[in-house]
Amino acid sequence: MNDDLFRLHNVHKEFSRGKQKITIFDNLCLHIKRGEFITIMGPSGSGKTTLLNMLGGIDKPTHGQLFFQHTDIAQFSESQLAKWRADHVGFIFQFYNLMPMLSAERNVELPLLLKNLSRAERKKRVNAALTLVGLQERAKHYPRELSGGQQQRVAIARAIVTDPDIVLCDEPTGDLDRTTATQIMEMLQTLNREFNKTIIMVTHDPEVAKYSSRQLHLDKGIFTDLETAA
Amino acid sequence: MINLYLIVKNLTRDKPHLLLNTFAILVAFFLFGVLGSVNKALHAGLEPSENNRLIVFNKISFTQPLPLGHVEKIRALDGVKLATHANWFGAYAQGSQTYFAGFAVDPETYLEVHADSFLVDTTQKRAWQRNRQGVLIGEKLAQTFAWNIGDRIPISSNIFYKADGSQVWDMVVEGIFTGTDLQTDTNFLLFHYQYFIETQTFGSDWIGWVVLTTVDPALNEDIINKIDDQFANSFYETETTSERQFNKAFLQQFGNIGFIVTSVVAAAFFTLLLIVGNSMALAVRERTQEIAVYKTLGFSAQKIFSLVLSESVLLAALGGFAGLALAHMFVGGMSQSPQIRAIFPGLSLSRSIFLQAVFYMIALGFITGFVPAYRAMQLNIVNGLTRR
Repeated sequence: MNDDLFRLHNVHKEFSRGKQKITIFDNLCLHIKRGEFITIMGPSGSGKTTLLNMLGGIDKPTHGQLFFQHTDIAQFSESQLAKWRADHVGFIFQFYNLMPMLSAERNVELPLLLKNLSRAERKKRVNAALTLVGLQERAKHYPRELSGGQQQRVAIARAIVTDPDIVLCDEPTGDLDRTTATQIMEMLQTLNREFNKTIIMVTHDPEVAKYSSRQLHLDKGIFTDLETAA
Repeated sequence: MINLYLIVKNLTRDKPHLLLNTFAILVAFFLFGVLGSVNKALHAGLEPSENNRLIVFNKISFTQPLPLGHVEKIRALDGVKLATHANWFGAYAQGSQTYFAGFAVDPETYLEVHADSFLVDTTQKRAWQRNRQGVLIGEKLAQTFAWNIGDRIPISSNIFYKADGSQVWDMVVEGIFTGTDLQTDTNFLLFHYQYFIETQTFGSDWIGWVVLTTVDPALNEDIINKIDDQFANSFYETETTSERQFNKAFLQQFGNIGFIVTSVVAAAFFTLLLIVGNSMALAVRERTQEIAVYKTLGFSAQKIFSLVLSESVLLAALGGFAGLALAHMFVGGMSQSPQIRAIFPGLSLSRSIFLQAVFYMIALGFITGFVPAYRAMQLNIVNGLTRR
């Protein structure tokens, strides 16, 4: 248990839709170890993205415990969660979510603005991240001047520039062709294997899921293979 | 601290939108700068008014004369420090259509009573006091007509005639006075009462009004009563008032300029609040997903609030300073015209108007940015990320 990076204990999550309450998870339990590469799969509405959001601290359980290392982040205030995300989590989205008015390097620099770093140090880290994703020569380009694959690589650079413990990916290849998707997945695999980043990814694509070390299958808020969640 | 680069980039991302908003703010602050300067220039006469300076004029009307003898009687009252007198002349430079103010005054006492308002070189003052045909001209008037010390200038009156039937008085420029501050009107001239009264046909020993100073402003009320009581039931009853009150009453002839200026500026600012407020709200709504991304990356709610609010304040400052710069140029151009200077002496975009404008810029930025910033701060990340 001491190796657990995340531990979800009896997590309950429900939404209100008008007067109706919709339960997504009821007593969900999950352990995730540092350095794992996990994919979460399942049909639409199964709760994949909700689980990812809770693990990323952008959504909270209705009740239950969500431990990061030994701290229950479900008890955090909004400002504590914001700081926790900045310190520990990198996010990669399906549609990249880059800021259109900022160049690639400025997009990558964004999370570093929250750190107490000199401009030179920020620049050094941005260059390192862009080099890692093979886009240093596109540093001055704006998102509209980049292909989908290049934009996703910028998003990966933005996710790792702060050297987070966890990288959370929501359908990172969902908007890309197969060749580009493969490149992106190889890049994520490198991050996991060479830089020991814990990667948790939501995907519908079984080909993409093959890159992971563990696959979780969700259906109606329940892990269909209970052993994988243990 | 929020990165200024980020604020500027957010502000300038939609250039047509930025230009239109900036233009709307520019117009409002241009109006504020110009109308505020005009209003201040009109009230310029009020500001140098010392608290202990009083004016005595004919109770029937300001245009009716008083006997010269009133001056000595007033001077003799306890609590009166200094007293002088003046006559309205109304002046034109011969051959010019430009009207300006001219006063026939007692050269020995007039400058003493107005020592806090005007500065004149001692040698020039002495020369003016010695020369019966000498004239002391204000700095702005001297600039308008390019008059210099030693010039002989024929001055016409639009009211008075000389005994020889002409309306032209020959005068010699003996000195040029300046105001103690930029707002002080110096667009007029002062010449000897004796020269005026002895050459005109209206009659002798009449004055227009008396100006006096008291030893203590606390005595003003008492002295006002004493003066008016002294001349009560005489042929020449007086009405005494503070110079400030007198100037205010004089300005009422133009209507309530302050109210007009306030109304126009308030209407402009109210319209601006609606335009810029709505525009900021729309801009933030369009950026809902981006704001959710900022929050996902770890930007706190307070930082998001600061980011949006700073953008709004920066927009107000951009348009506001551009409007003030334009107003400064416009007012500067206006003040070059002798006709405008005659009506609005001391016209300039003053420091106090500038500071007021800066205050309004900040207020405008805060008011128009607060609601969008608050909404952005409150945005739920999950809802924001799913909005496309």
